[in-house]
Amino acid sequence: MAAITLTINGKSHEMDVDPRMPLLWAIRDVAGLKGTKFGCGISQCGACTVHIDGKPSRSCSYPVQAAAGKKITTIEGIGSEDNLHAVQKAWIEEQVPQCGYCQSGQIMSAVALLESKPKPTDEDIDNAMSGNICRCGTYQRVRKAIHSAAANKKGNGITGK
Amino acid sequence: MASQVNKRAENATRRDFMKIAGLSGVGLMLGFTTKANGAVASVVNISEQAPAAVLSFELLPFVVIDNAGGITLINHRPDMGQATWQAVPMMIAEELEVSLDQIKIQQSDGLRKYGGQLSGGSSTVRTGWGRLRQAGAAAREMFVQAAATRWNANKADCYAKEGKIYHKPTGKSLTYGELVEDASKLVVPKDIPLKAKKDFKVLGKSLPRPEVPSKVTGQAQFGMDVEVPGMLFASIERCPAIHGKVVSIDDTNAKKVAGVKMVVKAERPLPYKTLESVAVLADNYWAALQGRKALKIQWDNGNYPAEMTTDKYFAQLREAAKKEAPSYSNIGNVSEAIGKAAKKLEAQYETPFLAHAPMEPEVAVAHVKEDGTCEIWAPVQGPDGAIEQVSQYLGIAPEKMKVNVPFLGGAFGRKAYLDFVLEAVNLSKQAKAPVKVVWTREDDIQQGPYRPGMLSAMRGGVDANGNIVAFEHTLIGESISGQVFKSFPEGKPDPWAGEGISHEESPYAFPNAKVGFTRVTTDIPIVWWRSVYASNSGFGHESFVDELAHAAGKDPLAVRMELMKDQPRFLNVLKTLGEKSNWNQKLPAGMGKGIAITKSFGSICGHVVYVKKEGTGVKIDRVVSVIDCGMYVNPDNIRAQTEGNIVMGISAATKPGITFADGKVQQSNFHQYRVLRMNEMPKVEIHIIENEEAPGGVGEPGLPPVAAALCNAIFSATGQRIRKLPFDLSKLS
Repeated sequence: MAAITLTINGKSHEMDVDPRMPLLWAIRDVAGLKGTKFGCGISQCGACTVHIDGKPSRSCSYPVQAAAGKKITTIEGIGSEDNLHAVQKAWIEEQVPQCGYCQSGQIMSAVALLESKPKPTDEDIDNAMSGNICRCGTYQRVRKAIHSAAANKKGNGITGK
Repeated sequence: MASQVNKRAENATRRDFMKIAGLSGVGLMLGFTTKANGAVASVVNISEQAPAAVLSFELLPFVVIDNAGGITLINHRPDMGQATWQAVPMMIAEELEVSLDQIKIQQSDGLRKYGGQLSGGSSTVRTGWGRLRQAGAAAREMFVQAAATRWNANKADCYAKEGKIYHKPTGKSLTYGELVEDASKLVVPKDIPLKAKKDFKVLGKSLPRPEVPSKVTGQAQFGMDVEVPGMLFASIERCPAIHGKVVSIDDTNAKKVAGVKMVVKAERPLPYKTLESVAVLADNYWAALQGRKALKIQWDNGNYPAEMTTDKYFAQLREAAKKEAPSYSNIGNVSEAIGKAAKKLEAQYETPFLAHAPMEPEVAVAHVKEDGTCEIWAPVQGPDGAIEQVSQYLGIAPEKMKVNVPFLGGAFGRKAYLDFVLEAVNLSKQAKAPVKVVWTREDDIQQGPYRPGMLSAMRGGVDANGNIVAFEHTLIGESISGQVFKSFPEGKPDPWAGEGISHEESPYAFPNAKVGFTRVTTDIPIVWWRSVYASNSGFGHESFVDELAHAAGKDPLAVRMELMKDQPRFLNVLKTLGEKSNWNQKLPAGMGKGIAITKSFGSICGHVVYVKKEGTGVKIDRVVSVIDCGMYVNPDNIRAQTEGNIVMGISAATKPGITFADGKVQQSNFHQYRVLRMNEMPKVEIHIIENEEAPGGVGEPGLPPVAAALCNAIFSATGQRIRKLPFDLSKLS
């Protein structure tokens, strides 16, 4: 066990955990933020996607020790129902989710994509989003929502709010 | 639960009314102890604002209204992504005359008063269409009557709108909240005339689904997210050969893992057999998983490594194809007609075992309490089934059970099979604490139950004039009713496996046609998978129609229209498909088109798939889909479900299935059990037929025709006929 401090959504969380514990479980079970999901445990499905220092990362395969001192953003840090991010707005507009379980990860990947490529092509979307599995099959709506978020945002970088 | 809070039904004619008095009543009525699904928080807020004054009245099992103005409608079918969370309240709200933004929604808890609560068989709208609208209408009429009495007015002068009753002559109004106490004293009226489709205000509209904002902000509560104070996390090691036995357990290293509390022999009760396993319980999930990995277990795999292989099973199916099968329908004389036919065709189509692989792996929290009660929090497709199975398992009265159903992170049939819930119950009993069982993805892929692998043995004949004169489809494989329910009707076909292929659902006017089923047993655990047997049989059925069309020298769409000329709804779907897909356009070289149509779960769905040659294979260019599901609730959701069915159907056709060798499943996670991803997603368009027919299902009917439409298109582009799934789209030649 080791004392580790994580910075999640700008807030500091001190915890005493197995340093090899994946960041996913530290976020969910220790910090209590349940929006980030467990889907496969081996970086194959993308349900656990968070941003680490701004980069989309699979938290299920990222040791919590390595995340100490880095800036971690989860779905809860992207926007709330009262203060939706442009990507979340587009997701609602296109009614993307079905079961919804993978959608936190989809949105985290999409937000990161739009931050690096404000006007992504279909190929950009394929490249950025193919690591996120949706078993309900919402891909067409995910694509449409990303284009729609890109069209709606103003200025540089998707601050979104 | 509401009905138990206050049983002061004041006389026999009013036994349908359950008055829920006071805050404790409100608290008890609501199911979730953790902050769930929105409904709880909202009602709690009402209580906080006006503690002493709030009284909730359950006018009917699905309609709960309080005197502070809160309107709560019950959804009795768990939401696994198919949108019952909206569909059920929409049906009630239409007749109750409330808008969706006026209501709170709450999940039912399995009590009998709600009727069957299993999300399955694409049945929610089909079975609720009459009953739920009638419930809304009855409650509305009670408010009208209560207002008319209060005003001493004619009932005919009073009408409902947006949660209020208005008096037409004076324009005065009263809210449902103001009227509910009076209304609750009335007899529930019956057989109220329901609205015609043209008068719908809510139904038939693409209204935004109420839970979507919570699903894009990470706030929706899934089964995986449930936490109960004091709960332990369990990870369970199971025998590599599913039915093997535990010989010995060395838990020395497991118990050294920080956080591990206990290691126990566990069990996994399947509906027909209980399997052995070893569970590690810890104060956090990661520790439980590490403890599990540190276990040293000696297993007895029995003969399963040699006996339980998919190769062996499929060889048995091919052998069984030589036998005469009991039939669902048998018109004319197929064998005689084939004997006389100018062209005789015979083909076998094979479909693999498949895992459901919902994005949320199986998970359940159970608390077997010292007072003899048991509470469950789990993403199950039916809370009523959970009450039945768990109470039987524990030997307690169903009244001692409480089942809380959060959102399901996908299910596709898997979460109607409650082995994972019973595992949690068993462990909670042993640990004397609440226990959360969390399956890994490897558990999900490797432990089953699976969609059964099946064989479609097809025969047919075409006469000298190019008429298809004979068609035979024998579906061969394990029976779900046989294996799961031990109720296979010997000498008859499986009661469910004719879905989509019996003459009733595939009414081509073949003069000679037989559809049958032969059972071949296996120990590989199976269960229903989205669209059940139609997901297997649609492939052979509609591919073989295509083979016969080509043998007859006819266009695959034209021949279907000819054979369905006396079936107006099928004909209309086919005609619409032809128009929307521009079927008769001239295709550039290297492109192909395929069509297939299936009726299943009460709806007709047809797809046209366009493919183009690319490298050594093909790429799916576009899918055009038409569905006739009769009258419907939310057209945007019909499109969403059909898009999902197309994606799942393409995965089922072109991605690895489940195979058993050496007694074990050979796939373990999404790197081997692959599914369709964004970069493989074709353009999809869905068209909905407008009519006033009774509603059909929507969650499944889009899936059965996918593989056949795709493979028919591949034949059109390449001349290659695919008769075995799965296949690799990129490696055809």
